[in-house]
Amino acid sequence: MAELVKLNINGREIQAEKGALLIEVARQNGIEVPAFCYHEDYTLQAACRMCLVEIEKTPKLQVGCTTPVAEGMVVHTESDVVKKARKGTLEFLLTNHPLDCPVCDKGGECELQDMVFRYGAGESRFVERKHHVDEKQWSPVVFFDAPRCILCYRCVRACNEGMGVGALGIGNRGVISEIVPNQGDHLECDECGACIDICPVGALTSGSYRYQTRPWEMDHVGTICTHCADGCKTTLGVRVDKIVRGNNRDRSGINNEFLCVKGRYAFDFVEHPERLQSPMLKTAKGHEPISWSKAISLIANKFGETVLAGGKFGVVGSNHTTNEENFFLAKFAREGLGTKNIDHHRTGDLATFFDALSGKPDSLASSGDLYNVKAVLVVGSDLAQQHPFLSFQIRANFRHHNAHVYAVTSGPVREDNQAIASVRVQKGGELAGVESQRDKLKAEVNLVIVFGDAIQGDALRKLVAFGDSLGIPVKYVCLVDYSNSRGAFDMGVLPRDGGLSREQVLAAADLDVLWVVGANPLKNAALASKKAFVVVQDLFLSETAQQADIVLPAASAYEKSGTVTNVCGEVQKLKAAAKVMGTKTDLEIFGLLAKEMGLNLGIWLPDKVFEEIRKTVHGYNVPLPIVATGGAAPTMPLNGRVAALPGSIASANDTLFTSGSLSKYSNVLNAVMESPGKLYGGEGK
Amino acid sequence: MAKQLFNQPSPLETMVLSKRFALEGSETLDVYLKNDGFKAFLKAKEMTPEAIIDEVKASALRGRGGAGFPTGLKWSFVPRTSPKPRVIVVNADESEPGTCKDRLLIEYDPHQMIEGILIAGLAVDAHVGYVYIRGEYRYLIEKMDRAIAEAYSKGYLGNNVAGTGWKFDLYTHSGAGAYECGEETALLDSLEGKRGIPRMKPPFPAVAGAWGLPTLLNNVETFSAIPPIIRDGGAAFAALGTPKNGGTRLVCISGHVNKPGVYELPLGFPMMKAIDEVAGGIPGGRKLKAVVPGGSSCPILTASECDIPMDYDTLAKIGSMLGSGGMVVLDETTDMVRFALRIMRFYQHESCGWCIPCREGTTWLRKILQRFYEGHGRREDISLLGELSKNMLGRTFCALGDAAAMPTISIVEKFTEDFERYLARETVAV
Ligand SMILES: Cc1cc2nc3c(=O)[nH]c(=O)nc-3n(C[C@H](O)[C@H](O)[C@H](O)COP(=O)(O)O)c2cc1C
Ligand code: SF4
Ligand code: SF4
Ligand code: SF4
Ligand code: SF4
Repeated sequence: MAELVKLNINGREIQAEKGALLIEVARQNGIEVPAFCYHEDYTLQAACRMCLVEIEKTPKLQVGCTTPVAEGMVVHTESDVVKKARKGTLEFLLTNHPLDCPVCDKGGECELQDMVFRYGAGESRFVERKHHVDEKQWSPVVFFDAPRCILCYRCVRACNEGMGVGALGIGNRGVISEIVPNQGDHLECDECGACIDICPVGALTSGSYRYQTRPWEMDHVGTICTHCADGCKTTLGVRVDKIVRGNNRDRSGINNEFLCVKGRYAFDFVEHPERLQSPMLKTAKGHEPISWSKAISLIANKFGETVLAGGKFGVVGSNHTTNEENFFLAKFAREGLGTKNIDHHRTGDLATFFDALSGKPDSLASSGDLYNVKAVLVVGSDLAQQHPFLSFQIRANFRHHNAHVYAVTSGPVREDNQAIASVRVQKGGELAGVESQRDKLKAEVNLVIVFGDAIQGDALRKLVAFGDSLGIPVKYVCLVDYSNSRGAFDMGVLPRDGGLSREQVLAAADLDVLWVVGANPLKNAALASKKAFVVVQDLFLSETAQQADIVLPAASAYEKSGTVTNVCGEVQKLKAAAKVMGTKTDLEIFGLLAKEMGLNLGIWLPDKVFEEIRKTVHGYNVPLPIVATGGAAPTMPLNGRVAALPGSIASANDTLFTSGSLSKYSNVLNAVMESPGKLYGGEGK
Repeated sequence: MAKQLFNQPSPLETMVLSKRFALEGSETLDVYLKNDGFKAFLKAKEMTPEAIIDEVKASALRGRGGAGFPTGLKWSFVPRTSPKPRVIVVNADESEPGTCKDRLLIEYDPHQMIEGILIAGLAVDAHVGYVYIRGEYRYLIEKMDRAIAEAYSKGYLGNNVAGTGWKFDLYTHSGAGAYECGEETALLDSLEGKRGIPRMKPPFPAVAGAWGLPTLLNNVETFSAIPPIIRDGGAAFAALGTPKNGGTRLVCISGHVNKPGVYELPLGFPMMKAIDEVAGGIPGGRKLKAVVPGGSSCPILTASECDIPMDYDTLAKIGSMLGSGGMVVLDETTDMVRFALRIMRFYQHESCGWCIPCREGTTWLRKILQRFYEGHGRREDISLLGELSKNMLGRTFCALGDAAAMPTISIVEKFTEDFERYLARETVAV
């Protein structure tokens, strides 16, 4: 237990942990101490001098952000001297600030505006010329308007400490001090936009959002990023059905303020001109638009006939569709079509994983565990590229708790900067690399092992056995690639009980129907069956859709509600932000097909399906209020032994700037110069 | 032919630190050794560290870099038994307008300073030192490097200092042209190769300084005073000055005097005597208007305030400081608006920009003064100058903000009529 001290703030007796920062203690007790440079996640600066407070028996005003509380301290945060000091500081700040609030992106959600409104003077005494420099573009997504900058250095710290990139610095001195990008006149970095979000004013602006709208003209829709499997909460700013911004400034969700370039900017595929907006039928002249009712009835007839004829189905589900959709699709396949041939692109060996962990409760790490655990071992993944948020969590853990980080990888990774041990191995040599750290790992208090697709099958069992042998509490994260890879597995989009795997389906010459939902299996593979009737639900005319007899335009994750499960098994809620004319959600498509076929698969409303999931899928009986209010509910899909599955498992090896077939349709991802990115500093896609 | 000196010495000086300045070859180790050199080190080598520090305390020596912190006390803060090695840093960034004494100590008697550093090394058990020299003093860096090389070659630096078997290494490091890098923690960042921005205190450099190691940092003159103190005893040095204000200091007298120069005067020396007799009085028999007592950051004194002994406590009593020993004498022809502008230009240019009140405050003040000087002053500007300075005072990250605010407040308050005159002129001229 930390020692407690008693102090007095504004006449109130307050107890606090000895050594806690005055600004935090005040805030925790509902006493506002304004500040610009102070940010609880990053190093202290004491630069803005906004948080000056009066401490009795101390001659000068003191900065609350670096003053630790002490027994008997008597503090005033609202005395006349303090108010005068704040007013003075704001007056200084505004002297060179352009005050172009009417056209500034930040207007309406600007911390400087708020502060001046609350603590500032009504009029300015400054009658001199302002210092001016022209705005600069640092990358397709980052713009910098130096005169608006108040030099709080938050961006510098967010990039250096939070992102581990360190692309921003300070140039010049005095009043001409300026934030400078690492390449002098442009940025080469993660393009994450964290610097933009954390900027209290409109100095850093987003290439995709700038001058699009005023903040108060938007609806703010909190949903989950649809790219990688980390499941970051992103708040989409929507103006008249158009998504104009993604951020997480409210710091809700598991990811605090974090978002990578994909979560913050790559929503633009939603309105890509090639989006499918009508069902299409393959004819001799190519794909021709048909009505939804025609398409549904054609498919239902074909499916029905095939069922009656005892024909062979193959169903390929998606890594991106919701749990509800995956659940409904699995049920549709098994109960409606009577087939076990259902699968999806599996990017991590979850089957062996759950089997190896059977009988070991508490062995699944949450995303929060990565921030709190004493030691993290990363095996066979370039996290900063493949799992940007998990990488962020580990850095934050290192920064705040001095976590011990181990990296066993086939090339350099960002975790090396935090690691007490970086072990380079040939692909396939991961286990030996892990073994080499046995003694050090045994001495840890607890551990989370994060591993990529190199660890599968037998190797995975050996890794878990290694974890067991350490004699300390060990939890695991089995890395998978996409926003609902985990959900697709948990909902049973799998060739269980003798079903055909994805590869086997494609290779089956006697296949009668191939039904592909939100996947692109024919991108790098051929369909063996010449007679197969192919139905594809997708956003775009993908390689697979081009071969389809009927293509159905599907809604993306940003256009639907439902739930998804991230790489750590946390269930979170999607909320529809936009609407694209002509599309339907996959769930609605399934429902319409079922109805047309006369199947009774239950009501196809997301909430109802989720109810059924909670009742029937092991580990998914999560508390509804958590999910409903935008929280992340941990699931426990451990359920005794899990049977092995046919088919291969491979990561898509996406980088920070790619996202499977989707990234092709994100202008932002393609525009940044770092695209398509590299894994391990070299080998990439 | 006699040696060309910076200025002719005055018979009124008490030459302790500067006693070798006039000797031919005073910058060489040979001349130094022939004139008391390294006696103090050999004596200190036989003393306990505690005894060395006690001797420095007894000398009542106060830091000559500007803040006047008692040197012996500072030395006692350095954790001598810490498992981390200790580092000695010499502040030779001398950039305060009006101050030009450290350069003479390095130019004319570098080995005296080296000996002082070595004694400090004995006192805090340090074996490495860095002399951080103002970048504009390029020629001095060369001179210092030459002195260091000579000391190494003759066995007064390196693995066997003066044959005692004790080890010490000394290096020079060039500043890059920033006044702020004279501030001790900004200096340390700069020494480490970073941008010169002051650090948060605590931890103080004594505990975590250069590269996080316990660091003893003093001014050139402070280190140079150590050999005489150890050689002749702290009490003897103290006796040269007044109680709690031990010894002599190098006073740099510039401005409107007949014989500007650097003079070594005991603490407590009468200010008017320094102006009239040591520095030869004001040219043309003009009247004294004001004195900047210790470098441009010190509040200015009016002529009537100058009849005082020059020691830390007296200056503090009348609301100013002895600072870094840069005394600027201003006669009745001085335009105080122009003078205030000159000072503020300096601080505005030198503000590192880290904190808002200094960065924006110095700029705003400079702009107002510039406008005033160009004849576009407004009556309300006079009070505004004072109010803005007070909004900076005590609220900035480091003392540079205060250094800019203090003289400005004193000039505006004490010489309001100079500003008034500008207002009157505007009505005629514009
Ligand atoms: C803005 C600023 C500039 C300074 N410049 C110098 C300098 O050039 N030389 C110096 O010795 N001290 C300078 N100082 C004082 C140092 O911070 C420090 O107090 C001093 O070097 C300590 O040495 P001393 O105890 O021997 O005086 C400066 C302080 C400030 C705030
Ligand atoms: S976009 Fe991200 S990586 Fe790039 S400078 Fe900003 S914070 Fe750093
Ligand atoms: S750009 Fe924004 S975040 Fe960065 S220093 Fe300037 S005001 Fe602060
Ligand atoms: S880390 Fe993954 S989930 Fe988070 S924003 Fe990036 S792509 Fe989206
Ligand atoms: S007062 Fe602030 S801006 Fe001025 S030099 Fe010190 S830290 Fe830099």
